[in-house]
Amino acid sequence: MPGRQLIMTFPVTATSHTLADYRARGGYQTLGKALAMAPQDVTKEVSAAGLLGHGGAAFPVGRKWAVVKLDDGQPHYLCANADEGEPGTFKDRWILEHSPHLLIESMLITAHALQVRHAFVYIRGEFDLPYRRLAGAIEEAYDAGLLGKGILGRPFDCDINVIRGAGSYVCGEASGLLASVEGKRGYPRNRPPRLTVKGLYQRPTVVNNVETLSNVAGIIANGAEAFKKVGTPKCPGTQLVSISGHINRPGVYEVEYGYPLTKFLFEDCGGVTGGKKLKCIVPGGISTKVLTAAECEPLTYDKQSLEGAGSSIGSGGMIVIAEGTCMVRLLQVMLRFYHHESCGQCTPCREGMGWMHRIIDRIVAGEGRPEDIERLIEISKLNDGTTICGMGDAAGYATVGILAKYRDEFEYFIEHKRSRLDGNLEVPSVVPAEAGTQ
Amino acid sequence: MKHLIPEFDRWKARFPAGFESSLVMPCVRRIQEDRGYVADADIDGLVEYLGVPRIQIEEVLSFYTQFRRKPIGRWHIQCCRNVTCSMVSAERLIDHLAKKLGVAPGQTTADGRFTLSTAECLGSCGTAPVVMVNDAYHENMTIAKVDALLEELK
Repeated sequence: MPGRQLIMTFPVTATSHTLADYRARGGYQTLGKALAMAPQDVTKEVSAAGLLGHGGAAFPVGRKWAVVKLDDGQPHYLCANADEGEPGTFKDRWILEHSPHLLIESMLITAHALQVRHAFVYIRGEFDLPYRRLAGAIEEAYDAGLLGKGILGRPFDCDINVIRGAGSYVCGEASGLLASVEGKRGYPRNRPPRLTVKGLYQRPTVVNNVETLSNVAGIIANGAEAFKKVGTPKCPGTQLVSISGHINRPGVYEVEYGYPLTKFLFEDCGGVTGGKKLKCIVPGGISTKVLTAAECEPLTYDKQSLEGAGSSIGSGGMIVIAEGTCMVRLLQVMLRFYHHESCGQCTPCREGMGWMHRIIDRIVAGEGRPEDIERLIEISKLNDGTTICGMGDAAGYATVGILAKYRDEFEYFIEHKRSRLDGNLEVPSVVPAEAGTQ
Repeated sequence: MKHLIPEFDRWKARFPAGFESSLVMPCVRRIQEDRGYVADADIDGLVEYLGVPRIQIEEVLSFYTQFRRKPIGRWHIQCCRNVTCSMVSAERLIDHLAKKLGVAPGQTTADGRFTLSTAECLGSCGTAPVVMVNDAYHENMTIAKVDALLEELK
């Protein structure tokens, strides 16, 4: 494993997700400790640990929590974001499937810190097994007196409800998610007011990613200082990285921040499939800019290093792309996705995604025009910062990132009406032509 | 949907007071599981049970791609075709299924057994390509495995 582990600390078995196994791993011992602490001290500890959000924006968790005023006389809400939908990302699924009680215990500790009576988990609708594992764990927790009223015999009540999404990407955005929890269309909304001021039903609400929350129990158990010893000084802790694509050993890995990127790719994950050379990686979900093999070389896996190279950790969804892959076709798949998922609320995104999708389709059909590349860049710029949520920006980053580094492939495609490579996303030696019939 | 009300009542008990609107998503999903789609009568029933405006339920039904107003085939085959799946043969898999079933994505076979759809990222990229049949994920799919699956579902 790449570095030290905080979450994937046990071997997965058929019963890892159960309460009995979680207790055997020391589970729910931190809850008692947290409940004996003053709520603001829990927040202070999480702030001191320097925990960053793991959902994509890497926002400091303590700063988000500190906005909630404990004595404002209003109900506060907590919502775990399990709407894992960023293409390439499947890390939260690991926690939900194998350690759902870690999430529940961490949510209870957070609920105490923020004085939350009702907490929610919003999980994407397609996740069936993760949902059943989580819902089963919640029932176990109710039966064991760990949820509901008078938890651990203390004057602490908390309910957790699970709401299942129904196939909308924008519901992974915190305000869209809350609209969906309210039983409405998942339209994101403008800030301010921030969600920590006016969130669910206009009450202060904290929305955190599943993995982010799952770090809370460990921070309270071992203290902020112990947490900061893992990772780098500016980026403490670990990241669950879900890696896929042209890679020999795809899957979920817990990577300690600061771990050498190419060592992770070539040693831990076994390198590119079929012995091919690495072309580039999508480091953290398709909304982050691609990094070429040469750019990856000097990097370590942490926020500062990846941002220094013009990209970001994003959601930890890494896609490995082998030499020989057609980037024009790759961008086509990405733009089709963004067009499909635009919620239609903001004009630049609703129209822009359609324009970009049609332009790339035209190029792939051999009908591209010389001005198309500039037009894609122009539309990307038009979207940047002009929409309510970050989806318009994200599609632009992905597009501009690929065009900046692989412009020659697009120019060739437009001029010759065909791919300079074989026009495939599958790399021939990686997936043999007869692979399908094996 | 009337027979589902006892179940809805149990959910309601764990929600804060005044959160009836938050039951729209869970109730619509449960109704669809039960009937296979959401009928006009279900909307009427939900409006009455939750006390939310009818337009809210209509909006939810038209916004979320997983909800449907019409019945589909007995087996709903959804093939992911996003980045990673496309990089490991999803496109050929979809072409194969379309040919084998004799329908294009979005259509249902004449006998009502299968509906073929494409999906955008099912969050299973580590075991791509992935095909979802009703609620279940089938991972690391190949044409041979898809053929075996179809045999099983007939």
